[in-house]
Amino acid sequence: MSSSILRRIRIVFSTLVFIFFVLVFVDFKSLIPANYINTLMFLQFVPSVLKFYDLKILASGGFLVILLLTLITGRTYCSFLCPLGIGQDLNSRIGGRIKKKFRRYGFKRPFTILRYTILAATLIVTIVWGVYMITLLDPYSIFARFMTCFAKPVIIMINNFLAGILGKFDIYTLSNVPVKGFPLIVYTIPAAFFILVGALSLTKGRLYCNMFCPVGTFLGLISKISLFRIKFNETACTRCGRCAIRCKSSCIDFLKYDVDITRCVSCFNCIHTCQDNAISFGIVNFKKKVHETDESKRKVIVGSLLLLFGLSRVSNGQDKTAPKPKKESTVKENRTCPVCPPGGVGIADFNKDCIACSLCINACPNGVLQPAYKQYGIAGILQPVMDYHKSFCTYNCTKCTEICPTNALHPLLLEAKKLTQIGKAKFIKDNCIVKTEKTACGACSEACPTKACQMIPYEGNLVIPEVTEDICIGCGHCEFACPAAPYKSIFVDGNTVHVAAKKPENVKSEIKTPVEFPF
Amino acid sequence: MKRRDFFKTSIGGGIAAGAALKMGGFDKLWSSAPSAAKYDMVAVMGGNPDAMFDLGIQELGGMGTFVQKGQKVLIKPNIGWDVIPDLGANTNPFLVKRIIEHCFKAGAKEVYVFDHTCDNWVNCYSNSGIEKAAKSAGAKVVPANSESYYQQIEIPGGIKLQKAKVHQLLLETDVFINVPVLKDHNSTRMTCCLKNTMGIVWDRGYWHSNNLNQCIADYALYEKKPALNVIDCYTVMVKHGPQGVSKEDVVSMKSQILTTDWVAGDAAAAKMLGVAVEKIEYIPIAHKMGLGNMNLDTLNIKRIKM
Repeated sequence: MSSSILRRIRIVFSTLVFIFFVLVFVDFKSLIPANYINTLMFLQFVPSVLKFYDLKILASGGFLVILLLTLITGRTYCSFLCPLGIGQDLNSRIGGRIKKKFRRYGFKRPFTILRYTILAATLIVTIVWGVYMITLLDPYSIFARFMTCFAKPVIIMINNFLAGILGKFDIYTLSNVPVKGFPLIVYTIPAAFFILVGALSLTKGRLYCNMFCPVGTFLGLISKISLFRIKFNETACTRCGRCAIRCKSSCIDFLKYDVDITRCVSCFNCIHTCQDNAISFGIVNFKKKVHETDESKRKVIVGSLLLLFGLSRVSNGQDKTAPKPKKESTVKENRTCPVCPPGGVGIADFNKDCIACSLCINACPNGVLQPAYKQYGIAGILQPVMDYHKSFCTYNCTKCTEICPTNALHPLLLEAKKLTQIGKAKFIKDNCIVKTEKTACGACSEACPTKACQMIPYEGNLVIPEVTEDICIGCGHCEFACPAAPYKSIFVDGNTVHVAAKKPENVKSEIKTPVEFPF
Repeated sequence: MKRRDFFKTSIGGGIAAGAALKMGGFDKLWSSAPSAAKYDMVAVMGGNPDAMFDLGIQELGGMGTFVQKGQKVLIKPNIGWDVIPDLGANTNPFLVKRIIEHCFKAGAKEVYVFDHTCDNWVNCYSNSGIEKAAKSAGAKVVPANSESYYQQIEIPGGIKLQKAKVHQLLLETDVFINVPVLKDHNSTRMTCCLKNTMGIVWDRGYWHSNNLNQCIADYALYEKKPALNVIDCYTVMVKHGPQGVSKEDVVSMKSQILTTDWVAGDAAAAKMLGVAVEKIEYIPIAHKMGLGNMNLDTLNIKRIKM
């Protein structure tokens, strides 16, 4: 039991990491500062790789640290830093409580073909087309979407329940936060993964990590030359098999004194459980191995090519169909392009860097960012898109740009964001209340922070909106405020590439400070 | 089932009992006769918002005229926009603070402040300076961002607006003090006393799509009327209202109008802004509906210059 300290360190460290991750994602009040979040994201493998690729500066090279760590200690990342991995360990523990059988793992053969096919396909799709497959399979993003879709609403509901009770006692420190769900279809992918990862981890330990996860497989490959490993002391070992049974990765073949290093996640449970002190974590003794030709490698190539062929069909289909027509016969908004968040630079640029982790969707204080389901096409599924029916982009805020872990949203200073045109407001006079009802409205112009939307004289005493496009930044407050239904009379059409808006000009009013009461 | 109903039913017996005691004043809707004040209106010019209020309220017989000992008071400023006080989009925080202090001095049991904001409410409450100012004076700053805080009311006689959802605190308090800031408005030309009530209701969109001016006047029919209106004309947004773009939009007028008649208050405010009263449609509508008097010559007005 001498080395069980390693396991204890692992448990304490990973628990802290996990708690912090959960807090970041359920933080509906935006209490955690952006730099804390950025520190946490620095060591997330996939986001860090993408950010580094984008910026090419060492400050975003967290993945290099992970690679180095893996070279030295194997897949420590999977046990210490990966929130999905830690979450699975937690779930396995629960599984073990439910049924003893669930925590008796034992050695299993690896799913070599499947895991290397997924890794190869992910790499090739990412290099050739873009981040689409990583979006689906990056463990951090999967975890993040679980939090956004399932955990955060629960936390908000608990908050609302407490706020309701406190409100009865005249205490308003907690406030009710309206739970705004996403379109149902958005939940399908996270739900499918939740069931898959949840079921596997509940009953089979780290099988997901060793069967599907491309990051796990990749780090496993690097682990093949790692320095520190789980080692057997063959003379002390009594071949009791406890280590194999406790191994979440099912990678210990105790009869052969062999640990499959590509699957070992350095959880140290085996060391802890060994009663003979026959297992330790130490510097490897390189043994010469007989080289075997691997038939499966050929299958990998065939498999990945097949996968690629199939995926190319899927990833290119840009679905630009307009929303379903409704019964009312007003003028439909002619949306030619979705609106992507500020800092995204342009739709194409944004789509290729975003892994749909939903961190920005969570952080947005206004809830205007929604996971896309068809706006960007299948390729951009679950990436954030501005939904001005839900909310609008608040003028004095740059939150989403500050925390993006992959730099898909570039950081913007507030002054720059206020002049970044992500779309342009389009006015449809025939839908406007002022024209159809002949009564005053002006909700759009009232909401406009730059006065790109202004009221100009119309019939009689009435005024009607007019849009000056070059000072519009596409924040969507006008569209959100417009009471026309089912089609808005003003809407924001996205810019395919974001541009700089003109600064609104303003002149001093001619009205003077009064010296006498005018009444 | 609405969330609020859910809360109500799911809270345990003890809590419910406590809450019921708390809600005892609920049916005791505001009914005390407004003011035996000496003037219909007091207009003050030339001081700081708090100093002008001190003078103005004194001329009206002090806050005790409006607030009785042990009463709960609702102060409804305009906190609609996420901008700093200098830009005049929200009621001056020093004024709000001073009114709260007077309420407590008059023996108020509790003072509440809220607004249904247009921008993100957390930012509005903090950047307007009102949250901090109101809390420092001992008031409760209450959220109004969720439909669960609102209750349905009837407005008998309303032409376009017969029903509305109003913030529950309007119903639970004894005295309502309306504290608008005078501003230009792109559509109705001016926002002040009457239009400030749009921050009490949940569904503003209905007003906008159903004859805005008529709805504004209709709401004034509702029985829970302000005991006092304090119009902040200190930093006045004279164009690009109600949100404004930059400081070029504001003029320092260093004035304040206190009145029990909100139609008269709006008429006086229109003059401050230099707009003909008739141009602001909801004022003549409200006048005709008998909700107040827009003919300032017939009123007893006290004018003070500091």
